[in-house]
Parts: sequence; C-alpha cells; structure tokens
Amino acid sequence: MALKLWASSAANALRISCSGARTPFPAFSFSRCFSSVIDGLKYTSSHEWVKHEGSVATIGITDHAQGHLGEVVFVELPESGVAVAKGGSFGAVESVKATSDVNSPVSGEVIEVNAKLTETPGLINTSPYEDGWMIKVKPSDPSELNSLMGSKEYTKCCEEEDAH
Amino acid sequence: MTLAQARNVVLPCMKLLRMSAVPILEQLHLEERLLRTSVDNWCIVNDRTNRPTIVMGVSGRPSELIELKSVLRDQIPVIKRFTGGGTVIVDDGTVFISFICNKNAIPGLQPYPHPIMSWTGQLYSEVLRGFGDFHLRENDYAFNSHKFGGNAQSIIKERWIHHTSFLWDYDIKNMEYLKLPTRAPKYRSARPHVDFLCRMKEYVPSKSTFIERTIKSLGSYFLVKPFDLDDITTEPPCTLPHSTKLLSRQELEDAYSSQCENL
Repeated sequence: MALKLWASSAANALRISCSGARTPFPAFSFSRCFSSVIDGLKYTSSHEWVKHEGSVATIGITDHAQGHLGEVVFVELPESGVAVAKGGSFGAVESVKATSDVNSPVSGEVIEVNAKLTETPGLINTSPYEDGWMIKVKPSDPSELNSLMGSKEYTKCCEEEDAH
Repeated sequence: MTLAQARNVVLPCMKLLRMSAVPILEQLHLEERLLRTSVDNWCIVNDRTNRPTIVMGVSGRPSELIELKSVLRDQIPVIKRFTGGGTVIVDDGTVFISFICNKNAIPGLQPYPHPIMSWTGQLYSEVLRGFGDFHLRENDYAFNSHKFGGNAQSIIKERWIHHTSFLWDYDIKNMEYLKLPTRAPKYRSARPHVDFLCRMKEYVPSKSTFIERTIKSLGSYFLVKPFDLDDITTEPPCTLPHSTKLLSRQELEDAYSSQCENL
C-alpha cells in the first residue's frame, strides 16, 4: 500500500508540474508515511484539507486519509446553501464496508459541491487534492483557519499516527 | 491489589447489552444513537430478529441488489442502514453482534476500516478456535471459503462501530430475494448463495457457546459490564437524524417501475 500511495502521489505531482497552462501548483512534500502533503494548504487532525482563496474555502480529504480508507465507492455530500460548522460532519465517504464521516475545517455556507464525485467517487483516491475536492464553502469566520495545521505539522501528525 | 484487579484497573469499560428478537430497525436506530451520542464503549448482542428483513448498506440501490418483484409481492421489509457494505437478509436464524468503541479504546488500533476489521478477525479467531477453519476472507468471516458473517462499519470523528450479522441458520428460500451482487469479494468466485454461504450451527455447538466465548474474548480488551436496555436514556437529541430508514412501499414500487422501463 505504501508503494502504491507513493506512486500515485508522484504521478499526480508530475502531471501537474508539466502542465504549463495551469496555475503553478504549490510545492508538496512526502511524509515518511509515503502519503503526500501539499504546502500551502491547511489541515485538520481528522485528515481534511482546506485551500483558502479569497472568499472561498475548498475542502477535501487528504492523501493519508484516502490511503487508509481504501477504494472510495460512494460519497455523500450536502446541498449548496447548507450551513457547515467547524469540526462538524458535512458528509461521508463509503469505502467497501465502511462509511467515514468527513468534517468541515471551517464554519460557513456551502456554495458548491463536486458533482463529479457522484459518478466517479474514486477521484478522491486518485486525486485527493485536486479533482477529488468535495465542497466549496464561504467561510463565516476566516480566523478559524489560524488554528489549523500547516503542512509540516500535519506531516508530523500522520507520522505519529502511523507509528502506532 | 491482585494482578487481576490491577489488570482490570487499566482496561477500558465496555457496556454489554444482550437482547433477543429485537427488530433489526430498532437495533440499528439504537446503534446509531449510541455511536453518535454516547461516550461509552458498547457490545450489543441481539439473538435473532422478529421477521425476515432485507438490510442494504448506505449506498445500496434496490433495483441492483434485490429481486423487487418478489419482495413487493411478499411484503418483505427493506432497510437502508447507516453503515457501509453490502446487502443481507436477516431473520430468526441471525445473530447480531456489534462493537461501538472510542477511537483510543484499543491501544495501537488505528480507527480505519482495515485495522478495525483485522482486530475483529483476531477476536473471532480466538472465539471460534477449535470449531472450524475460521478465516477473515477479505471483509467476511468464513469457515474455509464459506461465509457465515457479514460486516459493516461506520467511523466518525472519535468513535467507530463494527457490526456483524452472523448466519447461525438461514432459510435458503429467503436468499432468493437477493440478487448476486455486482460488487463481490474475489473469493466468492461468482458462487451462488447456496454454495457461498454456510450455517454456523453446523460448526459451533450452541449459540450460547458462541456468545459466551465472544464476551470472554472481549475481556482481553475491555472490562465488560452487563447493561440493561431499560437503563438507556430515552432522550436522544431531537436533532439527531436517523440515517437508517425503512424504505416505503412507494419507494420500492418506483424502483421496480424504473427497472422495468430500463429493460
């Protein structure tokens, strides 16, 4: 599983860095647990990531999370307009036998959900930080982002978790 | 203090609820409530359910998983539960055992599907030692390559549930309400229900032997304390939505109509 995660992360990185038309992708780093962690994003201890750009926060689950969950076969998402609360569940992913709650890193209003996940839930596995994004939120209190982890801290969190 | 007493001091508590013939819908509602609102660890044992009932996983689609014509004809209840996994038909030959745990209850156990599944495999391997060639086959409990236990999980922020329907006995006629699933474990090898499944009663002397040995094995990880269903508070938070639901006849008829149109 470790080699598969590494290969998947490397493939994603190379694909993004070769595409001149795209906005340059933030640098990434590899944790010793072989899942990718992207610089420039913020993270939760329950393995969600958030990208804050202007008045929009894009949210998904991390490479570490998708690797531990296994193949995602179904995604439950809220509707646009729904309110989410920091730390509260906004949806779930199903992987083979398990549903796993996904929690919002910030409070706010859902302004967009990733409709592609209905037909292709596996995007969460293959592209957790890009095509596998789950919801976009208009944050009600952007200062909530300050309490989230940066990439280095989150990498350490993953390593400590996997060390058990 | 004796060694046994000292050992008990460090083990987390687990409340044991033993029930009999509780309807599966009621059991699932209780489990979801305990998962989301309790802070305790629980083991729930329900010896059989009151009537044959089909139980699908959270993403189950009736038209893909069940023989809708006969289900509608025979008025078999169909439930969509809050956990993942596949479709089962449960009845008075089914034994249900569920574990609801805080994520740090078992030292070193990561709260993810595979580690939890693996831990239960170790537990039941101990329980069933000497009764058959027990295996955790992908995500099923099997004797050799014959499944007798189906599993499902739900993992939330600080807790998880792993619940199992055990085929102590089953009526092969009931299995005919279920289609062969498109998503099936590799070891099934496209076998029909009758060749894939087995009955626990042909391997284990009695239900009480199985249940008592399960409780004893749990004692390696928890301080197990019996609890009465009547002692559980009957005040769930009114905002708690029940993800588990009984599908209405209309929903099943709509699924059947849609299926017929697509043929």
